[in-house]
Amino acid sequence: MADHMQTAATPRAAAAAPRRRAGLLVLVLIALAALILAPFVAYPVFVMKLLCFGLFAAAFNLLLGFTGLLSFGHAAFFGGAAYFTAHAAKVWGWPPEWAILLGVAGASVLGLVMGAIAIRRQGIYFAMITLALSQMFFFACLQVPFTHGEDGIQSVPKGVLFGVIELNRGLNMYWFVAVVFALALWAIWRIVHSPFGMILKAIRENEQRAISLGYSVARYKLGAFVMSAAFAGLAGGMKALVMEFATLTDVAWQMSGEVILMTLLGGIGTMAGPVVGAGVIVALQDRLATSNVPVTVVTGVVFMVCVLLFRRGIVGELADTRLGRLLGLR
Amino acid sequence: MPMIFGIPVQALMGQLLVGLINGSFYALLSLGLAVIFGLLRVINFAHGAQYMLGAFVALLVQQWLGLNYWFALILAPLIVGAFGALVERSMLSRLYKLDHLYGLLFTFGLALTLEGLFRWQFGASGQPYAAPPALTGAVNLGFMFLPLYRGWVVVASLVVCLAVWALIEKTRLGATLRAATENPVMVQSFGINVPMLLTLTYALGAGLAALAGVLAAPIYQVSPLMGSNIIIVVFAVVVVGGMGSIMGAIVTGYLLGIAEGLTKVFYPEASNIVIFVIMAIVLILRPAGLFGKEA
Repeated sequence: MADHMQTAATPRAAAAAPRRRAGLLVLVLIALAALILAPFVAYPVFVMKLLCFGLFAAAFNLLLGFTGLLSFGHAAFFGGAAYFTAHAAKVWGWPPEWAILLGVAGASVLGLVMGAIAIRRQGIYFAMITLALSQMFFFACLQVPFTHGEDGIQSVPKGVLFGVIELNRGLNMYWFVAVVFALALWAIWRIVHSPFGMILKAIRENEQRAISLGYSVARYKLGAFVMSAAFAGLAGGMKALVMEFATLTDVAWQMSGEVILMTLLGGIGTMAGPVVGAGVIVALQDRLATSNVPVTVVTGVVFMVCVLLFRRGIVGELADTRLGRLLGLR
Repeated sequence: MPMIFGIPVQALMGQLLVGLINGSFYALLSLGLAVIFGLLRVINFAHGAQYMLGAFVALLVQQWLGLNYWFALILAPLIVGAFGALVERSMLSRLYKLDHLYGLLFTFGLALTLEGLFRWQFGASGQPYAAPPALTGAVNLGFMFLPLYRGWVVVASLVVCLAVWALIEKTRLGATLRAATENPVMVQSFGINVPMLLTLTYALGAGLAALAGVLAAPIYQVSPLMGSNIIIVVFAVVVVGGMGSIMGAIVTGYLLGIAEGLTKVFYPEASNIVIFVIMAIVLILRPAGLFGKEA
């Protein structure tokens, strides 16, 4: 998926670099301010849900946008981690930080296994294999006892963070989610802009050339896959604590489709895009839930319109405007 | 009662038949996917939705127009094929120049839309569709009772699969099609209308899915969700078979259906996932798939 990517830097663009950096700083500050003000303007649970899905989409984008691998099975990591976290917090009584870490670890192991199988094929096959493997995980979740089948794990306790902060009280949960969200996005940004991230982009642009340059492409792909799974697991684990339940919805293939749509709508291969896309989709679903318009139809139509007319996504289109260039979006 | 491996023969045969029936649908659907993929390089995620549409056409022409099963068997592929041609011409054809993944994403959106619309109109629960009177009842084969309709499905799907195989491998039209797969620009310069060929191919694939849907209607219930339930399994079948060969898609479909049926006898808990497990094993041992040509 390379047709939306930026062209090589021209001398003019290089001269604009300091201005772009300033623009980026302004954007980050605005985003942080929004993160701090949001719970006072909107319903905190809604904002937390949005942040969880935003992180999920950003994790997915690490794979699609920056490595060029379309996974159709990311629900397995998101929903799997939700189950692990919910089980640890509820049945074993683990504190939230350890419950979430268990979710992340579980998602990473799952990512390692699924990734090792899926990277044996490329392109469309990769997508179909990840879809099939996540469906297998879905059936496993349906049958093993600890997930409680169709009921899911209900009334998961939020617990006490680090033994002192009661997450149930006031906005404590919100600040926790906001901090984790900000740190995780920063980590993803670091990964993308590290030497490792550069090699991932090289693989995305031209896999054959990356191989001939001597990079062990399979290992880099697997690394990216596991990282993406781990961040998706972080999002899923947090979501289980925020919503206080983990159900089959989170592991179903529709969820894998949803995260693709969020990323596509926001802008594949941009930093802010997935979060923006997640915001739009979560808000849209929230709106439609109370109307009698079927959500899947709207989702499906948005999907088709995005693919046909709007492949760069909201942030991608914005980045191409004058204002976008000034602010150094991407 | 005779036993094989501690399992009564009748139970074994019964599950084998169920496997063969499922295999018939896997074969028909993966055949359609392979035909479309061969020429268009698009993985048709909407294949499941088109299968569901076929079943609904059968149900609705019966309810609204009083047309019976045999009419539906002809009408559904035509209607759904025409719908497919329309979609291909107006939208899908714009995506050929892009990364193939966009085709997958577009047809995924189409599948969601169709499934959502039918769910909205008809609810999520299944509706029964009676088998035609000529095919009700069963015959005694000596070792088991074979419900006539199920026998018909196996025979019909086998005939259709072989006919499509012959169409593509043995006729002049098929030769043109295969040539267009190899080098579309060259074929076009010989004066053959390749875009039309692409549209017809997509329509053929969609029609095959609809035919499978009509065949399935009396066995499974007609429900908006029937398509998405089967399409992911068919994807696994396609990965196992490799999309390089038409015959490969057909054979793999039947084989995996039977493997699934046998698993139901020996280890029922795993019957849902056995095809995915086989897929994973094949990928580890032979990444290109059983019949795949490309690496």
